[in-house]
Amino acid sequence: MVEVKGIRKDFGEGEVLKSVDLNVEKGDVIAILGPSGSGKTTLLRCMNFLEMANGGTMCFDGEEFTFGHIKKRDIARLRKKTAFVFQSYNLFFNRTALQNVTEGLIVARKMPKAEATAIGHRMLDKVGLSARYNYYPHQLSGGQQQRVAIARAIATQPEIIYFDEPTSALDPELTGEVLEVMRQLAGDGMTMIVVTHELNFAKTVSNKVIFMEGGAVVERGSAKDIFENPKQERTREFLRLA
Amino acid sequence: MNERTLHILTDSFWKILLPGLKVTLPLTAIAFAMALVIAIFVALIQFANVRGLKQIARVYIWIIRGTPLIVQLYLVFYGISGLGYLINPFVCAAFVLAINEGAYCAETMRAALEAVPVGQMEAGYCVGMRYHQIIRRIVLPQAMRTAFPPLSNSLLSMMKDTSLVASITVAEMFMAAQRIVARTYEPLLVYTEVALMYLCFSTILTWLQHLGEKRLNRYRGTKRATADKERGTKL
Repeated sequence: MVEVKGIRKDFGEGEVLKSVDLNVEKGDVIAILGPSGSGKTTLLRCMNFLEMANGGTMCFDGEEFTFGHIKKRDIARLRKKTAFVFQSYNLFFNRTALQNVTEGLIVARKMPKAEATAIGHRMLDKVGLSARYNYYPHQLSGGQQQRVAIARAIATQPEIIYFDEPTSALDPELTGEVLEVMRQLAGDGMTMIVVTHELNFAKTVSNKVIFMEGGAVVERGSAKDIFENPKQERTREFLRLA
Repeated sequence: MNERTLHILTDSFWKILLPGLKVTLPLTAIAFAMALVIAIFVALIQFANVRGLKQIARVYIWIIRGTPLIVQLYLVFYGISGLGYLINPFVCAAFVLAINEGAYCAETMRAALEAVPVGQMEAGYCVGMRYHQIIRRIVLPQAMRTAFPPLSNSLLSMMKDTSLVASITVAEMFMAAQRIVARTYEPLLVYTEVALMYLCFSTILTWLQHLGEKRLNRYRGTKRATADKERGTKL
């Protein structure tokens, strides 16, 4: 469904991504693991053009694009097929939980308000926030904010959702409620790429695992392979210490 | 207080207040509204980094902030009159005040726009919104909230600066006071009276600012208590 080849990124102080390949099939839940500074977040951000990669290609639903040469119009079109969940939630501060979910539907997709609101309610119900429709982000806990962010992500029925360390800003108690929602999504067959430090989540929910370090992929395989039988010494060490 | 003093005070009260209500306040409102439009426009040009226009914006701010308001008023009013064109002093005053205040407010707006976290913009892109949609619906409203107190400050100082337009023959509050002084030779009394009038106007504006801030606070978690009160229940 999505295939990235030879993606490179350089912020001007050495390469952060050194020719990384990634192949995503429909229904995949791919966990990207690795120490801080390994380039995993950059990879995710480049895939949604929040950073512009310096080189490499992307094939999305059979359409071929080259990073750095892709048109703004194409970026906008591709983004409508994807969703992104941020580490810091990035809910719109001036919008209620419900409005956060409906904003993209009403404004970007020109959906009638009533229809969008119905979807908004359904999505918030799905993440367990039926009682919080009209709360502003500052009135919600971190875990609740992240669940709103997930509701916002799934409302547009994306083909793929990118999660950038969705639980890293949360304390352990709140982490659980967010991971539970993600587990459900995976169960529903949603295609997901998850940059995470939650090894247990990666182990139990994802079907593929990629281990990165220094801007390159060290090892990749099924979750079972990586966790039970890692081939690289570096992967073993990381899993042992984590 | 002797009878003459009392008479001067009561007699001049309406003679000062009326131009205040008829000229000072409308002039302030009109000029500030225009200033805000200029400010938002100039700030957005810089925020969006529109090449060419951004440089023009910087030059505009540089010139306006670098020259005194009274000189700008004289330059435009007497300058244009001197060329033989007749211009309405009120209209001229409104434009000069707007252009002057616009430069200051543009800097306030720019700072407020830059204070909105980048993540708001990124989140907007990721739900499929376009740049202008995110600016209009997400970034600008948040920036306006940040800019509200300093903009109120500007409004206040501009209201007082309208006293300068007396010098280009606009019959506002201060000119009324000057005329009464010329007639009565009671500068201490009458200027105190007009000062108190300005103080009243300022107080009302400050009070309006307070109300406005309270209303705008609904999506801002400034105080836990406010949040608790707003939702009625504790989490």
